[in-house]
Amino acid sequence: MAGNPFSNLFGQSPIRPIQEHMKLAHQCAQQLPLLIDAALANDWPKVEAQYDLISEIENAADDAKTSLRSNLPNSLMMPVDRGDLLVLISRQDEIANCTKDIAGIMLGRKMQIPTEISELMKEFVNEAVETSAQALKAVNEMDELLEMGFKGRVLTVVEELIEELNRLEHKNDELQIDVRAALFKIENELPPVNVIFLYQVIEWVGALADAAQNAGGKLQLLIAR
Amino acid sequence: MEIIAEHGQTLLILGCIFAFFMAWGIGANDVANAMGTSVGSGALTVKQAICIAIVFEFAGAYLAGGEVTSTIRKGILDPTLIDDEPQLLVFGMMASLLAAGCWLLIASMKGWPVSTTHSIIGALVGFAAVGISVDAVNWGKVGTIVASWVVSPLLAGTISYALFVSVQRLILDTSNPFKNAKKYVPMYMFFVGFMIAMVTILKGLKNTGLDFDFGFSSKFLNAMPLAVTAGLIVAIVGGTMLSRVKETTTPEDGNRFASVENLFAILMIFTAAAMAFAHGSNDVANAVGPLAAIASVIESGGDVAKKSMLPPWILILGGIGIVFGLATYGFKVMATIGKKITELTPSRGFAAELGAASTVVFASTWGLPISTTHTLVGAVLGVGLARGIGALNLKVVGNIFMSWVVTLPAGAGFAIIFFYILKGVFG
Repeated sequence: MAGNPFSNLFGQSPIRPIQEHMKLAHQCAQQLPLLIDAALANDWPKVEAQYDLISEIENAADDAKTSLRSNLPNSLMMPVDRGDLLVLISRQDEIANCTKDIAGIMLGRKMQIPTEISELMKEFVNEAVETSAQALKAVNEMDELLEMGFKGRVLTVVEELIEELNRLEHKNDELQIDVRAALFKIENELPPVNVIFLYQVIEWVGALADAAQNAGGKLQLLIAR
Repeated sequence: MEIIAEHGQTLLILGCIFAFFMAWGIGANDVANAMGTSVGSGALTVKQAICIAIVFEFAGAYLAGGEVTSTIRKGILDPTLIDDEPQLLVFGMMASLLAAGCWLLIASMKGWPVSTTHSIIGALVGFAAVGISVDAVNWGKVGTIVASWVVSPLLAGTISYALFVSVQRLILDTSNPFKNAKKYVPMYMFFVGFMIAMVTILKGLKNTGLDFDFGFSSKFLNAMPLAVTAGLIVAIVGGTMLSRVKETTTPEDGNRFASVENLFAILMIFTAAAMAFAHGSNDVANAVGPLAAIASVIESGGDVAKKSMLPPWILILGGIGIVFGLATYGFKVMATIGKKITELTPSRGFAAELGAASTVVFASTWGLPISTTHTLVGAVLGVGLARGIGALNLKVVGNIFMSWVVTLPAGAGFAIIFFYILKGVFG
């Protein structure tokens, strides 16, 4: 029998896969503070191990993204816009991509973070990971949103989660300014090429938090269809 | 006339066999669609679904299957044109059964969303128009039936949309969904009990010989006290079952509505029963309607126009056939479907089932043969429009439309071929 015509009506819901993908993206970001710690401790085998782990999770996230995309034909009727979903998953994917970029450059250049800015840098990275955790929290509300038919009081819950996400990202922005200022103060004493790449890493950590915020923003749009 | 006298018994036995085979096919395939939603949402195991289906399919067929059976038996074609050749009606009805059976076999092997109802109507119209005359077809009635095929999915979709929105308002979007579910779910149960009882009293008691008269002016009002009582009993039984369900705590990233869904799963036991009842009441006719026509011609010794009551044994034969199909093959199909539609949670599944069941039961009392599966598809889409389902494949809707276009001529074509073969063999 070539499949039952009635059960063919039911497609695979994109909600769970998108939550799984966000989980992977956040897991990736979560590895970053450990990598920074190892770099600060000059423990390069550990840095490499962390990089490998990040790269592995990033690959898994990529696979999840591809499989979700290929399971979203035009003929699906979904409670959310197909285009919005595709953008949301791209935003989520950027979290994993940023993490991998940072890890890659840290390992590749065996980057030394000057002790003067190490505490600030750690806080900055942790805050970025917090932002990603908050985005995960918001995306985890999607099954409740579906349960409610994207209506009612669950919307307020998601609104609040996204407000908090925006607040965290803003805090991260301010930390970014602080880290840059601290680095600027000591940049003359450091090898110039290293300084260029330190600014680069700071840029990317900021981008990670941005990606998390953008994912939240897209989620908000997706709900308000 | 002499053909009837000579081969009457043989023809009747053949008719019974064809009808039984058809009923078997309905039980094996169609019922699985009707019950698959309950299995898929995890409300029932396949075994439980089969048990409910057996009881309520049979009850639906026996108690409320009469009207649609009459439509198929004598509503679609006008036999007065063949007064002197009653054997043609017998051959035609047998040909229709064979035609619909063959077409369904092909379609289910190919996985096409073909309806039993459409096949049999196509076959009847085909043999009548070609085998007798175009004027023999009651085109007005056929038009009404075709219109009901369009209306029934729309109506079911509207009802389930409304049901789902009411669930959102009354239960899900409240500060304590679990408590409100316990409060309001019995209301839906009442509706299920009331509806089935109402239809049974209005349409079914003829067969059992029971009669209730409370002295009210209309049949409807007369049925009211019993139907309300039945609804209340169902609601109380359901309420007791609900009170046994405890609220469970869900993990951080889990769904907060898991315990509420457990309550809806209990409601789904009742709506599954309603669905089986509705299905039995409408679809049994596809198998036994033609048989009823054959039996009436043969028993009256060749009088096609004679008005006779529908003998209850015919509905019973159909009911047994459906149950037999369920028990021998239907459970396999049900398990397959159940595995595929796990995304449908009980709070949605119930809305779809109740929307479809109400529509089908309504059609049954009006004697309109409609497709249960297409109605259920309409109901599911209704819930989907309320943004309640993760992903629905709209291609199926296109396929259903295509199957309409193909099934009617296919059923007709097969029926014409079988009609001339039977005529050649016996006549």
